[in-house]
Amino acid sequence: MAQSNNSIKKILTVAFALCIVCSVIVSTAAVGLRAKQQLNQELDRKSNILSVANLYEPGMDVEDAFESRVTPRVVDLRTGEYSDQFDPSTYDNFQAARDPASSRTLSGDRDIAGLSRQEHYSTVYLVGDPDDPEQIILPIRGQGLWGLMRGYISLEGDGNTFVGITYYDHSETPGLGAEVNNPRWKAQWEGKQIFADGDDVQPDIALVKGGASGETEVDALSGATLTSKGVTNMLKFWLSPEGFGEYLARFRSGVARDEVQGAATDLDDTEGA
Amino acid sequence: MSAATPKGVLTTPIFKNNPIALQILGICSALAVTTSMSVSLVMSLAVIFVTAFSNLFVSLIRHHIPSSIRIIVQMTIIASLVIVVDQILKAYAYEMSKQLSVFVGLIITNCIVMGRAEGFAMTNPPGLAFLDGVGNGLGYGFILMLVGFVRELLGAGSVFGFTVLTPVQDGGWYVPNGLLLLPPSAFFIIGLIIWVLRSVNPEQIEENEFQMKENTQPKEAV
Repeated sequence: MAQSNNSIKKILTVAFALCIVCSVIVSTAAVGLRAKQQLNQELDRKSNILSVANLYEPGMDVEDAFESRVTPRVVDLRTGEYSDQFDPSTYDNFQAARDPASSRTLSGDRDIAGLSRQEHYSTVYLVGDPDDPEQIILPIRGQGLWGLMRGYISLEGDGNTFVGITYYDHSETPGLGAEVNNPRWKAQWEGKQIFADGDDVQPDIALVKGGASGETEVDALSGATLTSKGVTNMLKFWLSPEGFGEYLARFRSGVARDEVQGAATDLDDTEGA
Repeated sequence: MSAATPKGVLTTPIFKNNPIALQILGICSALAVTTSMSVSLVMSLAVIFVTAFSNLFVSLIRHHIPSSIRIIVQMTIIASLVIVVDQILKAYAYEMSKQLSVFVGLIITNCIVMGRAEGFAMTNPPGLAFLDGVGNGLGYGFILMLVGFVRELLGAGSVFGFTVLTPVQDGGWYVPNGLLLLPPSAFFIIGLIIWVLRSVNPEQIEENEFQMKENTQPKEAV
């Protein structure tokens, strides 16, 4: 028996049959449970949005709180205007960034966040009255040390003052770069400014070594120079005119408020749909 | 372990032949996931499931596994089961799967699973192999829960997330021992458990395999 088991034919048959059976089992599990997993991820994303806006409390009904406090809208990054072309609750930034039709290539100096592709439209989340939001939550992403870091920043209604920052997906070194999610580090973001007085085009916010001073500086993560650099770069990118700069400029000059008021009726329609 | 009985294979791994305490296998996950009892419980259930079913499947096809590729065959079965467990956790216990993170995936490399597949399932009928898997999973889970209980109670003042000793931060009297939330503390606790088990069952004590020579002159040590 042992002899026949070790013939090359038998080895190949067993190996092949086993691979087929195992792959069927694994793919059944993966496909069958995908819907449920996506629901969980969605819930996790929503609780992250709530927590960056300081609205999250343990044990709360995330779905409910999100529904009543937060309004998602899609923004055209090129013009900074709201777009009703997509349904904000299903629009997927990452999908759009992969599709050449809905994104653009970035290269060289313009691609400081290491994205290589950037979508034309992005979802933003408004807390409170969408016409005059208390907080504006923006998705950001960029290269850290080991890979892409994805997170949110929350700004006050003036489009310039930080409320918080959070990363929900990153692969930074535990204990060093992964300290981006340390509550104590995150706490110092509150009240920081994107722009110093005067210049309103290129963001001044940056992580600095050896003690932050001033409104546009935040302490870098100790022992994680490259992660800190990645965070600075992705903020500089997403808050510049390449990213949400055009959109945020409207809040600083007060244009977006008037414009949104005009579009308020459309907003009701899209929410009902 | 010449004549394996269903009851024997199920219960001996818990105290007499515990995979962690006697065989010292699966230590790394025992250090990593025992900070709280609920995490330990989920990890234990996952390991019980994987050991039981990998034993069952390996035993079912044991007459057809060519000996030259048997390890990779066992690995494939174990890995498939682990992925299934990981997917189920992501779907039904998302928070938990985030806390367990890579350690569910690392069940693949848990020596207990591999050891039972190679050491028991390859030579025993499916029913018995399945029970052996459950027994070894229980033995692993037993130590995990014990370590998790001590670490959570003394490190955070709670059991299964319910506060038992109110910590000072919340206005209580208990000063939590932060060391117990760090991995090294699990070494101490597992060491103490091994000490207790070997005092109760002296036959578990291993013979000294080598003796160190004493330093005859102090100069040699310098």
